[in-house]
Amino acid sequence: MIGEVLVECAHMTCAYNSTVAIKNIDLTIRKGDFVGIVGPSGSGKTTLLKAILGSITPVEGHITKKPHLRMGYVPQVESVDWNFPVTVLEVVVMTRSSTGRLPRVTKDERADALLVLERLGLGGLENRHIRELSGGQQQRVFVARALFHRPEFLVLDEPTSGVDVRTRHEVLHLLADLHDEGVSIILSTHDLNGLAAHLPRLVCLNSEIIADGSPVDVLTPEILEQTFGAPMEVLVHGGMPVVVDGVGADIAERMSRLA
Amino acid sequence: MIHVIAGITTPFRYQFFNNGIIVATIAGALCGLLGVFVVLRGMSYIGHGLSHAVFGGAAASAVMNINYFVGAGVWGVASGVIIGRIARRRLIGADAAIGVVTTASFALGLALLNRYGQAKKSIEAVLFGSVLGVKTIDIVAVSAVAILSVVIIVALYRAFLFATFDPEVAQVSGVRVAWIEALLMGLLSLTILVTMRVIGTLLISALLVIPASIARMLTNSFARMLWISPIIGGVSAFVGMYLSYFLDTSASATIILSGTLMFIVVYAVTGIRGRTRISGLHHI
Repeated sequence: MIGEVLVECAHMTCAYNSTVAIKNIDLTIRKGDFVGIVGPSGSGKTTLLKAILGSITPVEGHITKKPHLRMGYVPQVESVDWNFPVTVLEVVVMTRSSTGRLPRVTKDERADALLVLERLGLGGLENRHIRELSGGQQQRVFVARALFHRPEFLVLDEPTSGVDVRTRHEVLHLLADLHDEGVSIILSTHDLNGLAAHLPRLVCLNSEIIADGSPVDVLTPEILEQTFGAPMEVLVHGGMPVVVDGVGADIAERMSRLA
Repeated sequence: MIHVIAGITTPFRYQFFNNGIIVATIAGALCGLLGVFVVLRGMSYIGHGLSHAVFGGAAASAVMNINYFVGAGVWGVASGVIIGRIARRRLIGADAAIGVVTTASFALGLALLNRYGQAKKSIEAVLFGSVLGVKTIDIVAVSAVAILSVVIIVALYRAFLFATFDPEVAQVSGVRVAWIEALLMGLLSLTILVTMRVIGTLLISALLVIPASIARMLTNSFARMLWISPIIGGVSAFVGMYLSYFLDTSASATIILSGTLMFIVVYAVTGIRGRTRISGLHHI
């Protein structure tokens, strides 16, 4: 069954001053989707997410969203000021910052926040300063903040950037669980094997959409070279595509000559 | 013993000193409160720039015999609008726009006072502050801005926190970030306007930065910073003002030196923990 449309981009172009970041984007996100946006640095992944979030207005085309769509946003952890004086609990309740709310966290809010933290394996850490957490815990705090808003649609910018393998697995399992619970998800990543290959739908982006489909359909040498501008090979392991850097063999041969 | 007590309380026999110490203490606390946002947002240069811009307005209003609060206030707002326009056109960066507009305003103020004012006396009073000219209207003005700031920050505490920590996500989550930032700039401008006559153009940015930096070394909590920093600002202003009477030094300079001494003590006492906490404040 096809889910209702949450977000629809039609011939959308976004630019910063006169520099076009993404152009002619046609993309539909439906309820139940779990979409990964892949592409090289500067390909417009973050711009596309920001357009979906509404923090950038298209210069051409348009974007429509389901009325009153509750969105949660998890930014890149690299953009976070880890030295800022806030505790885990304060970060989580931030999304309830509308005017009229008292400075002090209410009993109900605290109870809700503790439930979300417990759910994400962060129980007992609510009074810790955010810098005192491990990389995986820090990432999950920001997912918790997005979930505290009870979103129908979760937007994540590079959720596994700069994290170790174990944390990447934790994040992937967490997102899969949330998707099973009915949360629609879109994320950007350039981690092809660790994250993108595990998702049900991938969009290859390099200023414009190069391909949109399942990993098996999209992760092909031709599409990848068109997207990343570099030759890549694709192997199949356990029924899943595994992307190999095309210049790897050449470099290995040159390195072996140096040995 | 009686002589000692009489000596300690001597300054309080003078009305000008009482007025001065009241204004300085409230101004110190007010700067400490807003300084939390200045420090955590990396906006020290804006406090510095605004005080220089307001100087031009203060000079112009003195020369033209216009009420200080009206003249300097209008001038400060106009400078802010011009800075915003230049920065939005992206011909030059916001920091360069602030540098050009505020230093031009400062230079114009100096030139006006040189040409038409009682130059030396007026310039020194505005640059370094003066407790001699503090009037009841100054006490009323600084108290009103302090009360307004506390009310606004308490009422919009969460929005201020979110917009300071993570403006992009705050915007997406429904916080009107541009409005919050405009409100903060307005409060900062008002604070500079009402405290500048006592603290002076050159030293006011220090009073915005030092108490908040000390508070940051003492706590890891934003909420606690918001009451520790005003206390430190108020105490350093009270102590500095009081000592200046006996040391026969500039009140504003002694206030800043009191704050600096507290900074050094806290820096030494809190050790690595305190230094780590302020290590993220790169602009300090």
